[in-house]
Amino acid sequence: MCLGIPGEVVEIMADRPDLAQVDVSGVRRAINIGLFEPGEINEGDWVLIHVGFALSKIDEAEATAAMDFLKSLGDAYADELTALRSSTID
Amino acid sequence: MRFVDEFRDAEQARALAARIAARCEPGRTYKFMEVCGGHTHTIYQHGLEDYLPERVELVHGPGCPVCVIPMGRVDDAIAIARRPEVILTSFGDMMRVPGGDGSFLDAKAAGADIRMVYSPLDALKIARQHPDRQVVFMAIGFETTAPSTAVTVLRAKAEGLTNFSVFCNHVTILPAIKAILDSPDQRLDGFLGPGHVSTVIGCEPYRFIAEQYAKPLVVAGFEPLDILHSIDMLLAQLAEGRCEIENQYSRVVPWDGNPTALKVLGDVLELRPFFEWRGLGFISHSALRLTEAYADFDAERRFDVPGVRVADPQSCQCGEVLKGVLKPWECKVFGTACTPETPIGTCMVSPEGACAAYYNFGRFRRQRLLQVTAR
Repeated sequence: MCLGIPGEVVEIMADRPDLAQVDVSGVRRAINIGLFEPGEINEGDWVLIHVGFALSKIDEAEATAAMDFLKSLGDAYADELTALRSSTID
Repeated sequence: MRFVDEFRDAEQARALAARIAARCEPGRTYKFMEVCGGHTHTIYQHGLEDYLPERVELVHGPGCPVCVIPMGRVDDAIAIARRPEVILTSFGDMMRVPGGDGSFLDAKAAGADIRMVYSPLDALKIARQHPDRQVVFMAIGFETTAPSTAVTVLRAKAEGLTNFSVFCNHVTILPAIKAILDSPDQRLDGFLGPGHVSTVIGCEPYRFIAEQYAKPLVVAGFEPLDILHSIDMLLAQLAEGRCEIENQYSRVVPWDGNPTALKVLGDVLELRPFFEWRGLGFISHSALRLTEAYADFDAERRFDVPGVRVADPQSCQCGEVLKGVLKPWECKVFGTACTPETPIGTCMVSPEGACAAYYNFGRFRRQRLLQVTAR
């Protein structure tokens, strides 16, 4: 829950501007971007995701570093990623 | 060597450690609290205490949202979950937290419909799929997760859902820090501020810590070097006679936080007059509930919640651990009666709890230290 997972925004959903498709370690998932004003999050941006919501914008270098760090956590990260993968928010 | 593989920045860490040691005044000891459980996890996993001079002590704080939920709230949630029409949804972190009468997992095994979700929006989806059932979301977390709950409630209202509600246990970090500063049995020299909470609230709200309590705070990132760097920044402030709020984690945390998240949070959630924290007792204005405008989505109004208070087991010393008065291994039941497999207290349940982090990593510290020395 407290882990922020980095993801790359690949698509803002046209019919639902509060949702975006992100790529997290090669897995595509919908997340909510409603904690940002419209237009603040765009395709190609990197975000930190908490419980299905983009909470902060980061750059790609930070995303890579954050992902390396998460992987070093082992089980805690694996559990969070499994939970994210099971999530199908809409 | 395993240690070096785990920690590829060991050389930089040693350089920072040398600077930290050089900044310490002779004869003075330093005690810094890392507020956030994520920091505690990093400190133990990477053996960061091995890099610090003995006179710099890290004290673990109350920033693990699972750890601070009192047992009575777990029992209240289970009482709701036992109603035949209810599906209780919860983050996985909560499932093994013991209440006075067992955990969510125990209640689930006994027939209650309790489901793990990754996001409150997953809980909302379950509500849409089961219009004949009442879906309750067990909301926990500091300001990091509270805005997500707020957005979910807004969405439920927009969709006109009448079978979704929130059992709100969101807490706010500042009153907890203040309670620790007011506590007579804790003398601290500064704080490592929580990284992700600050993403939402920003750095400005911490100013009272510097201005009223004359303690420095550095908002810190979660990687080992972030923590060492933040400790170095705290020591630099003390050495230079400064007392400020600084942001080491500026690559993620904007100084003003996330204004949109704060606005949504303020629209949907409001401070409760008081809330009980495990180990810290009742703290005024330290937790959130739904505002009157969203009362229809408040599980505490929708269901008859027993509201029982349950004292922690006598053997459990989570309270002292959460206040930083006791180290995990100083608790009477640490590693014997209380383990991650059979936790007695919350600090042993969450991977970010100080006890679980120490149990999983810290107790190997001595072996690791020997490896480093042997290099």
